[in-house]
Amino acid sequence: MKGELRKSEGMKYDILIAGVGGQGVVLASRMLALAAMKAGFRVSTAETIGMSQREGSVSSHIRIGEEISGSLIPAGKADLLIGLEPSETVRNLPFLKKGGKIIVNSHSIPPASKPPESPEYDPAALLSFLKTHVPGLLCLDFTQLAEDAGTYRAANVAMLGAAAATGMLPFSKEIILAVLETEIPEKHRTVNRTAFEEAIEKIKLISGHLNGEQKVNSNV
Amino acid sequence: MTEKKLLMGNEAIALGAIEAGVQVVTGYPGTPSTEALETVARYADRCGIYTEWSSNEKVALETAAGAAYSGAKSLVTMKQVGLNVASDPLMSLTYIGVKGSLVLLVADDPGPHSSQTEQDTRVFGHFANIPVLDPATPQEAYELTKLAFDLSHEFEVPVILRTTTRVSHSCGDVEVAAPEPAAVEASCEGFTKDRRWTIFPRLTAERHPWLENLQAQLSERFSGLPYNSISGSGKIGIISSGVSALYVKEAIKGFEELFTLFRIGTVHPFPEKAALSFLKGIEKLIVVEELDPYLEEQVLQLIGKAHLPVDVYGKKNGFFPVSGEYNVDIVIDCINRVLSDLGINSCISHASPAVLREELPPLPVRAPTLCAGCMHRTVFYAFKQAAKQLKKDTQVETIFSGDIGCYTLGNAYPLNMVDTCLCMGAGVSIAGGLFRTNPEVKQVAFIGDSTFFHSGIPAVINAVYNGADITLAVLDNRTTAMTGQQPHPGIGVTALGNHSKAIDIASVIRSCGLDFVKTVETGRLASCVEVAKEAMEFKGPSAVVFKGKCVGIAKSGTRFAIDSESCTGCGFCIKQLGCPAIFLPAGEDRPLIQDNCSGCGLCAQVCPSGAIRESGVKK
Repeated sequence: MKGELRKSEGMKYDILIAGVGGQGVVLASRMLALAAMKAGFRVSTAETIGMSQREGSVSSHIRIGEEISGSLIPAGKADLLIGLEPSETVRNLPFLKKGGKIIVNSHSIPPASKPPESPEYDPAALLSFLKTHVPGLLCLDFTQLAEDAGTYRAANVAMLGAAAATGMLPFSKEIILAVLETEIPEKHRTVNRTAFEEAIEKIKLISGHLNGEQKVNSNV
Repeated sequence: MTEKKLLMGNEAIALGAIEAGVQVVTGYPGTPSTEALETVARYADRCGIYTEWSSNEKVALETAAGAAYSGAKSLVTMKQVGLNVASDPLMSLTYIGVKGSLVLLVADDPGPHSSQTEQDTRVFGHFANIPVLDPATPQEAYELTKLAFDLSHEFEVPVILRTTTRVSHSCGDVEVAAPEPAAVEASCEGFTKDRRWTIFPRLTAERHPWLENLQAQLSERFSGLPYNSISGSGKIGIISSGVSALYVKEAIKGFEELFTLFRIGTVHPFPEKAALSFLKGIEKLIVVEELDPYLEEQVLQLIGKAHLPVDVYGKKNGFFPVSGEYNVDIVIDCINRVLSDLGINSCISHASPAVLREELPPLPVRAPTLCAGCMHRTVFYAFKQAAKQLKKDTQVETIFSGDIGCYTLGNAYPLNMVDTCLCMGAGVSIAGGLFRTNPEVKQVAFIGDSTFFHSGIPAVINAVYNGADITLAVLDNRTTAMTGQQPHPGIGVTALGNHSKAIDIASVIRSCGLDFVKTVETGRLASCVEVAKEAMEFKGPSAVVFKGKCVGIAKSGTRFAIDSESCTGCGFCIKQLGCPAIFLPAGEDRPLIQDNCSGCGLCAQVCPSGAIRESGVKK
């Protein structure tokens, strides 16, 4: 994995962020894209904007690398799946490559109304499906963590903190923090910074291997 | 000094236009085109660019045309269906031509993600004899915007910059000429009286040959442009344009020696000369394009004209899907189908996912829905109740016609309040037609505030003029909500944030001649039901303007909560309203209200046991 991410070797890193309209998927995607550019990579993203944003399933594709590709990640190509919601994470699993990484927010958002044909939503069952199929997945209630930091709305930024802390991103957490300073409006900045840093602390506690084997090359 | 910026395709187009010296920008919001005009508006003051949200796309194009007649550089932005509205002026404008320059940004939506149709603007360009440029990335969008202005000026024709969702709504690193856009040269020649500006049968007859000859000139010019490029030297040719070309490049990775790729950035008029030189030595040709088989038809025609021995694989012989959005995986499958047909042993393999789609457990359906606290929900529910009462009292059924906007989502379970929806402004006229053929049924037409100004007014006039007994329900949430809260003529604010005269919808309707026009706030359900019923019982066309505020722009109130003591678990709130703030936790029998509650209180007004109350928690 280390070699794959080194710039000189045609680095390519595909990240998919999945969630529900209103969870801040687009902002998280923009922050990752800006961080990638700061780290010297080219980037291309695809976002869900429009009708589906109204409480529907949304996802952002972020393609980072040396050369530009179409903005949609092909099936089985994503290196990292950041799932802001359990069922949306499972929905996007076919994009994740074999051996790809997942960070999932365990906080579930039940659909607005259950049309008669919709299956029951059992978040616990879906989380355990994820755990069975993706060894080493990182699962935490990031919404609670963000709420404790000041607002549940900062769960997206908290998850970026967690991703950076576990070395799942091809750039350092300092780069994302710098992006946070410029991208988040001043009145929300402190709470987002707190959520970001709380997430890093929490991950340190639960994941022993910080700076260990999962760490990807961030010396860019 | 160039600089790299992260830009959405639409932002890149705006910066390209500013750099090209655009002076007048008009448009009507429509996904996925909206951000282009919004971006120009952000720089408008600093750069001295006149920018407006027009009342509809036809008005926008005509306004831009007037500016271009005076020598100004103009840009008009719209989504693909907006071009249908603007097609009347556009079809004539091609004969008249322009003096300054006029570029139309038209955003197509393969999928579709947020549209009524999957129409292909490349084909529209062909129909209207207008050059069409088709970028694949935000960077290309930026560059082709500048090219569009140059071409429009040089050839004195309007030029279409056609994007798709994956270009307009894709973000990428774009190398722009300057870190911040500079002020635009403000002057233009001004209008000079000349018979060329007045369309007339004789003028049209004179101009038509010019317009047809222009196609050949443009095709010649396009053949020499770097935006049409050939790569590779394989035996099998591939022609592609827009974002599909990127899917092709990724799909054939590792198999490049088999193919020669011809990427076309200037799709109409088809660059025949460049295509002919690409076709030299090619006997098998694959055409990869989303939506219509535009390139395929062009190339088939060329092959026929030049008597070339080339077999073409595309949509027309079933090798590629005729509809929907493409992606790398679809392109791999289709190319493999061609390879197998050609008896070639290679097969491009897909990446292997952690979990196959077929292996996924059943997942909850999560369709888009009206926001928590949306005033439309209250109005739909009020009409549902009013219609129920009407049926009980008089056995009269009701048909509900909807329109385009967030309130199209009133079609979803459990509201089910949209029986017809066609295009902008159509609900009112369709209700009129339904009245002619179902006179015993009550006709209600819902229309949003921005849609009312866009194209609802002629339909209201027609209902009065021809005596259609319909009830018009205007959903006035004080914004163009679906596209991201743009102002409209009823707000009193322009695209630049300047103050303007707010046009009162109820007064417009009254002046159209309706005798029943009432206005009601949406905060109290009971008043909404009462007024809805009164309007439905009125003999002759009637209208109610429902006034509320889109939750996207309103200050949130106090959250509501369900008192578990008094809640009987009847589920009425969930089954009736479908509000995304109320849900039943798995295995529980009492619903809960989530933190996205915006405090509209509709649920508290319908709860049969009075168990829903203000929580005191500010959102």
